[in-house]
Amino acid sequence: MLFQNKTGRAGAFAALAVTVALVATGCAATDDGGDGGSGGDSGNLAITFLPKNLGNAYFDTSDKGGEKAIGEFDGTYAEVGPAEASPDAQVSYINTLTQQGVGGIAISANDPKAICDALNEARDAGVKVVTFDSDTNPECRDIFINQATAEGIAKVQVDLIAEQIGDEGEIAILSATANATNQNEWIELMKTELEASHPNIELVDTVYGDDDDQTSFDKTAALLQTHPNLKGIVSPTTVGIAAAARYLQTSEFKGKVALTGLGTPNQMRDYVEDGTVTAFALWNPADLGYLAAYAAKALIEGEITGEEGDSFEAGELGDYEVGEDGVVLLGDPYTFNAENIAEFDF
Amino acid sequence: MTDLISGGTATPRVYKDYARPLWQRVLLTREGAVYAALILVIVVAALSVRNFGSPITMTYLLLDVTPILLIALPMTLVIITGEIDLSVASVVGLSSVVLGTLHQGGLPIEAAAFVAIVVGAIAGAFNGFLITVVGLPSLAVTIGTLALYRGLAVGLLGTTAVTDFTEFWTDLAKSKLGSTGVPTVMILFVLLLVVFAIVLHFTPFGRGVFAIGLSSEAARFSGVHVERTKFILFVLTGTISALAGIYYTLRFGSARGDNATGLELSVIAAVLLGGVSIFGGRGALHGVIAGVLLIGVLGSALRLANVTSDVINIITGVLLVASVVSTSVLNWVRAKRTRPGEPRKTR
Repeated sequence: MLFQNKTGRAGAFAALAVTVALVATGCAATDDGGDGGSGGDSGNLAITFLPKNLGNAYFDTSDKGGEKAIGEFDGTYAEVGPAEASPDAQVSYINTLTQQGVGGIAISANDPKAICDALNEARDAGVKVVTFDSDTNPECRDIFINQATAEGIAKVQVDLIAEQIGDEGEIAILSATANATNQNEWIELMKTELEASHPNIELVDTVYGDDDDQTSFDKTAALLQTHPNLKGIVSPTTVGIAAAARYLQTSEFKGKVALTGLGTPNQMRDYVEDGTVTAFALWNPADLGYLAAYAAKALIEGEITGEEGDSFEAGELGDYEVGEDGVVLLGDPYTFNAENIAEFDF
Repeated sequence: MTDLISGGTATPRVYKDYARPLWQRVLLTREGAVYAALILVIVVAALSVRNFGSPITMTYLLLDVTPILLIALPMTLVIITGEIDLSVASVVGLSSVVLGTLHQGGLPIEAAAFVAIVVGAIAGAFNGFLITVVGLPSLAVTIGTLALYRGLAVGLLGTTAVTDFTEFWTDLAKSKLGSTGVPTVMILFVLLLVVFAIVLHFTPFGRGVFAIGLSSEAARFSGVHVERTKFILFVLTGTISALAGIYYTLRFGSARGDNATGLELSVIAAVLLGGVSIFGGRGALHGVIAGVLLIGVLGSALRLANVTSDVINIITGVLLVASVVSTSVLNWVRAKRTRPGEPRKTR
């Protein structure tokens, strides 16, 4: 009891001092952000990007694309987001943006349903909502910017492998898990495409690396042992293609067996530069963000409403049309090769 | 000034305490400092952060902190006994998945919620069993069950989510009381708060909780059922965490195994900030409520001011460390200054 009060007093001062300091920091940051104005205003080109999480190279790239677009049409760009990719944290940020009265939100959803109500509250307040990379349920947003269709993804991989092996010979597929829905859809479409347009290419095997680096590495080794005449491998998964490239790089098959599929530039850079891999595909996240920003602008200015058949202009990417369910397709997947890989960092 | 009258008898000190002006008695306590900080942050934010002053801020804020408020109630009691429960957020995830899968399997939502709460109680009882019967430290046990319960949750539902909940319940979870802007779920919280406050501050059980935190040996010799009390508290954290899990699931309309990941840190941070000693034996529920609100208001104001999430985390971290360090340093100073012959305070 004796010194209780002194402790309390000093504690109170310490806590107050800390708080004052913290709030002061908060205030300092206020001025550069809130050029919001009220929502629903057709001239309010304050567009905020809300990625799945911050500090993620993929979203850094897409948001930079958005920033570039917003700079072109003189809007106000901002990026906010949670440190962890969780839907509840995204909800807090959506609520905040609603309160700030931004003109548009471009968001990559951490959960198709969990952020719906928050997005609809934002839309009720006049905020336009564009999803990109990862969609919500269609009734919770105005437009979804789809990076690529399953058909497009399957076709680009078949085209790449056909080109790399001279349109004839044995190929194999290194997939993720045997029950991965998207992988299996792509594989089926690749088979259809091979039969229709590349009769001299034979798909001899499909193996599964379970999206595990070591398993994919071992399966690549086994594939090459089992099929001595193999001319190419397609791996429609970023884990698989990197593991297969690592195996090829140090094996006798380097330069003899072609490898392509879906990968990210940072994973594949070394293999492209040393010639293990000639070309692979993925979408361009910078274009994805760029298109999302232009879609938000078109919505804010009332040029489109998100109805099927609406069309808008997206800067240097050209004209786009809104498809079924308010989906806008970015286009064919992007092919990365030795000439362009240096321009990307994700 | 107090040295002159501290002749060794208790009476003058008690007299002196009550002679102090009321504002000093209220403000110059650990809880008083948290209140002062909370009010200061609210005032400064209302004046300087655009859009903070709107009524909707309070609604969003309360909806966001409700799971933390709920779990902080039993967590306060657990920490006052000198123990800790790190598995609470995993129990939130587990109850969310149990609710989701059972409801998807055809069980009415009320029944599924009941089972989810029972599962939470069992999860808490398992913690309590390992801590009180097997005698393992709660830190080690609940780090283990943090991983175990989260693993079960994610394993049961995988990376998918159950979203087909009746609109009545999902609407209720985020509805407001008339035009006040206060979320309906606050009724549940206030009821629980009253129960917990009575139990902690006005019953022999509550006095036992404090006694265990000060010295479990002394408490045991004084007739407190140390093991039984702790066991009950861990069952309570499990049960309330499951309740928070149900609220969480309905508010977002999405049952996921990774729901509320990391929430245990927010709960513990708020409890410690609210003046509960991590070493046990000291704390009060009203301080904890202020601690939860302080972290919530600070986060909300900083987000509105477009401060990035990393900086917000750093600021809450600094606040927490500062609040814990200031108490420890002052305890140390106090121990140094205690002279022979005077009663020595250890907490």
